[in-house]
Amino acid sequence: MLTVRLYMLQRVTALLMAPLVVGHIGVMIYAVQGGLSAAEILGRTQGSVFWFSFYGLFVLAVSVHAAIGLRTILHEVTGLSGRLLMFFTWGTALSLCVLGMRAILAVTFLVRGVS
Amino acid sequence: MNSPIKTRHVAVWRGEGEIGHFETYDVPAYDNQTVLDVVSHIQHYIDPSLSYRFACRVGMCGSCAMMVNGEPRWTCRTHVNKVVGQDVLEIAPLRNLPVIKDLATNMDPFFEKWVKAEAVHHSSSSRDDDMTAVLPNDAERKKADAGIECINCAVCYAACDTVAGNADYLGPAALQRAWTLYNDARDAGKQTILEAVSGVGGCHNCHAQGGCSHYCPSELNPMQAIAGLKQAATRALLKGKL
Repeated sequence: MLTVRLYMLQRVTALLMAPLVVGHIGVMIYAVQGGLSAAEILGRTQGSVFWFSFYGLFVLAVSVHAAIGLRTILHEVTGLSGRLLMFFTWGTALSLCVLGMRAILAVTFLVRGVS
Repeated sequence: MNSPIKTRHVAVWRGEGEIGHFETYDVPAYDNQTVLDVVSHIQHYIDPSLSYRFACRVGMCGSCAMMVNGEPRWTCRTHVNKVVGQDVLEIAPLRNLPVIKDLATNMDPFFEKWVKAEAVHHSSSSRDDDMTAVLPNDAERKKADAGIECINCAVCYAACDTVAGNADYLGPAALQRAWTLYNDARDAGKQTILEAVSGVGGCHNCHAQGGCSHYCPSELNPMQAIAGLKQAATRALLKGKL
């Protein structure tokens, strides 16, 4: 079920995710160690193009990577193929993308007035 | 042959198509007895209707592979004493292939995938041309040589969990053959091979679990051949050739 293009997409997104995961874990440790409150975290993320780009790229990579991986598992376990498998792949990618982007937008550009 | 020292209980798959069951036979146990000897004894002396396939009996033809205690093996070179634990011997047709009858499987899907993988010779010259030099120390030739002793027994195909889950997957033997031809100076089909092994059932579906290399009776390494194909296809894709 994996063509060379899907295979490469999954590997390229894995390469992208590796440094982003390290960065994410670093940020989490920093935030917890310093005892930052939600308001202080949001104060740093709101309006930040950097954090929007950092996590935006992360969400895009995860959406593509996970959708291809789940597609392979689903096909090999259930035998699902053809259009249904294509709908599942796109559905998974779009769902993850929408959920992730919604969360990123919430902490970068949409939320206001948290104290 | 030595005199029998005891009787062995052997469970053999009997049936037509996918419907069947294990039947138990009592077979005299000898030293240096192969699994094929056991199957042959049952057919010669107990039930002549037992169907199975073999030819050379010396590990060259690749005809006699079966599942022995759940693992794929070439039965003519598999000594019973080396695979039997607690005196249980269970013999079944090869996994991942449709059963014709008893221990004989239909090998068509296996060989059809060789053709789908373009694991066939693509002529680079005519009879009027000089013969292409095949240099044994050439790096590409060494890669080809590593896989050319395949005897087409389908043990790797039966061992492969990806084949079990993905009916389109070409399988280790076909992909290894494609890799040997890809590295053969006499083959003119490099691009054709890469295109054939980069589709939905191609080499990129391999999870590198290594069952093929673990069970290959000729001790070849199809997993390494598949890795070579993945690398070559990736390079071709990056160069815009796929």
